[in-house]
Amino acid sequence: MTAMPALTVEPEVQSARTFRHVLSVIVRDPLSLASTIVILLFLLVAVFATQLAPYPNEGAGVTNVPHRMLAPSTEHPFGADRLGRDVLSRVIVGSRLAVIIPLGVVFFAILIGVPLGAIAGYKGGWVDEVIMRVTDLFLAFPSLLLAMAITAALGRGLQNAAIALVVSWWPWYTRLARAVTIGLRERYFVEAAQATGVRDSVIILRHILPNTISPILVQATVDLGTVILAMGSLGFLGLGTQPPSPDWGLMVAEGRDFILNQWWISTFPGLAIFIVVLAFNLLGDTLRDIFDPRQYR
Amino acid sequence: MLRKLEFVLRRLLTSLFVLVGVSVITFFLSRVVPNNAAALYIGPRARPEDIQRVSIQLGLDKPLPVQYTIYMRDLLHGDLGTSIGTKRPVLQEILDRAPATLELLFTGMFLATMLGVPLGVLSARWQGKPLDVAVRAISIVGVSMPAFFLGLMLQIIFFRNLDWLPLAGRISNDLRFTNPLETITHFLVLDALLTRNWIALKDAAIHLVLPAITLAAYPIGLIARMTRAAMLEVLEQDYIRTARAYGIRDVIITYLYALKNAISPTLTVIGLTIAFALTGTFFVEIIFNWPGLGQFTVRSLLNIDYPAIMGITLFGAAAYVVINLVVDILQAWIDPRISLK
Amino acid sequence: MSALLEVRDLYLEFKTSRGRLKALNGITFDVQPGEVFGLVGETGCGKTVTGLSVLRLLPRSATITGGQVLFEGTDLLGLSRSRIESLRGSKIAMIFQDPSTSLNPVFSIGAQIQRVVRQHMQVTKQQALEKTRTVLTAVGLPDVTRILGSYPHQLSGGMQQRVMIAMALSCSPRLLIADEPTTSLDVTIQAQILNLLRELQKKFDVSVIMITHNLGVIAQTCDRLAVLYGGRVAESGLVRDIFNHPQHPYTRGLMNAIPRPDGRGKKMATIPGTVPSNPGALIGCAFAPRCEFAMDRCHVETPALFPVGQNHSNACFLAEPKP
Repeated sequence: MTAMPALTVEPEVQSARTFRHVLSVIVRDPLSLASTIVILLFLLVAVFATQLAPYPNEGAGVTNVPHRMLAPSTEHPFGADRLGRDVLSRVIVGSRLAVIIPLGVVFFAILIGVPLGAIAGYKGGWVDEVIMRVTDLFLAFPSLLLAMAITAALGRGLQNAAIALVVSWWPWYTRLARAVTIGLRERYFVEAAQATGVRDSVIILRHILPNTISPILVQATVDLGTVILAMGSLGFLGLGTQPPSPDWGLMVAEGRDFILNQWWISTFPGLAIFIVVLAFNLLGDTLRDIFDPRQYR
Repeated sequence: MLRKLEFVLRRLLTSLFVLVGVSVITFFLSRVVPNNAAALYIGPRARPEDIQRVSIQLGLDKPLPVQYTIYMRDLLHGDLGTSIGTKRPVLQEILDRAPATLELLFTGMFLATMLGVPLGVLSARWQGKPLDVAVRAISIVGVSMPAFFLGLMLQIIFFRNLDWLPLAGRISNDLRFTNPLETITHFLVLDALLTRNWIALKDAAIHLVLPAITLAAYPIGLIARMTRAAMLEVLEQDYIRTARAYGIRDVIITYLYALKNAISPTLTVIGLTIAFALTGTFFVEIIFNWPGLGQFTVRSLLNIDYPAIMGITLFGAAAYVVINLVVDILQAWIDPRISLK
Repeated sequence: MSALLEVRDLYLEFKTSRGRLKALNGITFDVQPGEVFGLVGETGCGKTVTGLSVLRLLPRSATITGGQVLFEGTDLLGLSRSRIESLRGSKIAMIFQDPSTSLNPVFSIGAQIQRVVRQHMQVTKQQALEKTRTVLTAVGLPDVTRILGSYPHQLSGGMQQRVMIAMALSCSPRLLIADEPTTSLDVTIQAQILNLLRELQKKFDVSVIMITHNLGVIAQTCDRLAVLYGGRVAESGLVRDIFNHPQHPYTRGLMNAIPRPDGRGKKMATIPGTVPSNPGALIGCAFAPRCEFAMDRCHVETPALFPVGQNHSNACFLAEPKP
């Protein structure tokens, strides 16, 4: 058999809307625009937390007992907590945790989940079966229960809580990547690549993975919000970072005993969680409308 | 009929497999992962002899497969360990507290489904109109609001400011003397109904309001969104065009022809929200001082009551698997395409 | 004999993200009682949209901007929503291209047809069931009892289309609009379905509008036809006349393009150029850019439908009667 010249098959990427198109849609929709601004502000606050917080030390946990339980005022716009710490500063400094952890969790969940899903969807057969069974197993655990068990076994703390969240989240990306891959597997450009003898691993890397970007982007945006919520829940239960860390969920828990009279201690961190998560959800909705990954369900 | 039976059997088998898998994972987490599982099991004030004894009892020195067999053997005898805090068998504690949580769970999910599905359908039917916008707004707020925060806010508004609803608890303490409630099923509202204790009925019911709403917020949002999305997609389908082409009335198209198709993904979401609700009860119960499983769990977490935590994890995961099995079978019953694959 | 259906000068526009798409630009034809009328043209010529317009089944993005659709003398376009709904499925019925997606997957065949019957006819449940049985038998389906309880995905494509035809005929309509009824079926099944349609058309005394891009289907089933191009009627008349003596340059191009057994070895004839995407935006004859007989006039003026014989019209300046 004579050697065939190496034919390159160009990856056909799903009609990916350009960044500019996405931007134009967002700018024109007031809700999406507001959400994006909120998220950007949130990121800015996290980065410049120590500069922005009026009392950065108290943000980190240094107490100021003479100021304990002060109502909101010009000196303490969000009031002061049980130990006299300025609530505004703690909310600002706490935003760092609320940015880094979710980003990390989602990143690793994608890193683990997507390749597994792509391989499962592409190879099919027993590889698919095994991967799916394992995925189903992890999905069978409500994420909070899993986080509970993991932190109980490994001990409390930020790191273990993060590990618990990654373990809870990767199966979703596996499922998503698998669904996309199965949809793509039948497409002609994949068959063409196979017919010209391109190796499986290359096909997955160059042809399939790029097409997973848009649905994953949509999912990740919403997930960032959901992880913040989950982190807040773990913090509320005391399973995440430990005091005196300004974790928003932890702050809500700390203020719970005084909720009826010193409402500000729990309200502001709780509001912070709500607003940020809302922004991510709204943005995620808009992105979903643009990319319309209905076909990947 | 036969095919549907086959489907049920297959799903049962899969669930069994998953249950085994769940037990393996909890086994690993409880016995293998920690450095000193025995010490965790007994608690902080353990003496070296006790740790030694428990080590042997749990078979921690034996090879893994043997350990697992011991674990499973105990499990199948209903032995989930003994709670460090209450000194009683964990299974007992779980069963004692389950009715309170189930009552809350059931009420919350009932509320969520009865409100969420119709809202989603109406939202899709009147797409773009004010109703749609309102439903979407409520949904997204529900999905973004932390349950614990909502509970606290509701307490402030409805108890502190308005004094319409009680702060916490399942039933007013005074009633123990004035209108004592005979407990039959341990579901207070049901018991009050059965014994015609109307005062207790009203009291138990209003105590349920805030906790149920707090629990239902997230599920309502999710269910309404999913129903809306599914309905919108179904309404685009060819068979809906055919129905219109034959003059079938709009009401029938929306609530029968379209909904029956859209209900399937909605059921999946309902299954998912039950998972959320199961763990959501943790927060609702501590905030509203509801004497259920969630409260017990949080206390166990705070005190690092290891056997209790692990027992609850296993129990919760198993319950979730069973619920999903039921949801799957319901789906297959409604949508003939699923079981006949 | 007055026409059963008269479409006069129908104009239709779609609102798209790229502006207004003028899909129909003055469609005119008529359908007589008891005949099979073909609407033929390539994809994008507007034939399906014309069919949907009769029953006003258009998507929200479409607007009818002019013309009339007269059914038994009444303009359907002016009717109220409830009046048109009462006509759908009862006096005028429609069957669609892909039967597998046109039937509701979660209801049994029997349930779906019975609902249509009970919607339009004042009958009891039992009578509706009987009617359903009758009509399912009429379309040649074996084992009707089993079919009644079956779900769409349990049936083959051919059987599904028979079910659709049964549904269409269940209330004894006067007009049946068939939009590419055999396009998504296997070739052998196609012939069966077409024969079935012909047979039932006579038996139920119903007129049929056969929408298709396949000239073979037209030749096999239709009495008269209209050739559509660019949202307009290019030529209309008896099937026999148009096939044997095509007048319009487009029609002639179509007829030439049909592969023939004695043409082996010869290059296949094509019509150069492509179908216009927004025909309404063009001035003059829509076919002029591709026409080998095009005169200067054709690029600026739109030709009307000139009669070229008894029951034969041609929208081309070549056919314009000399003064």
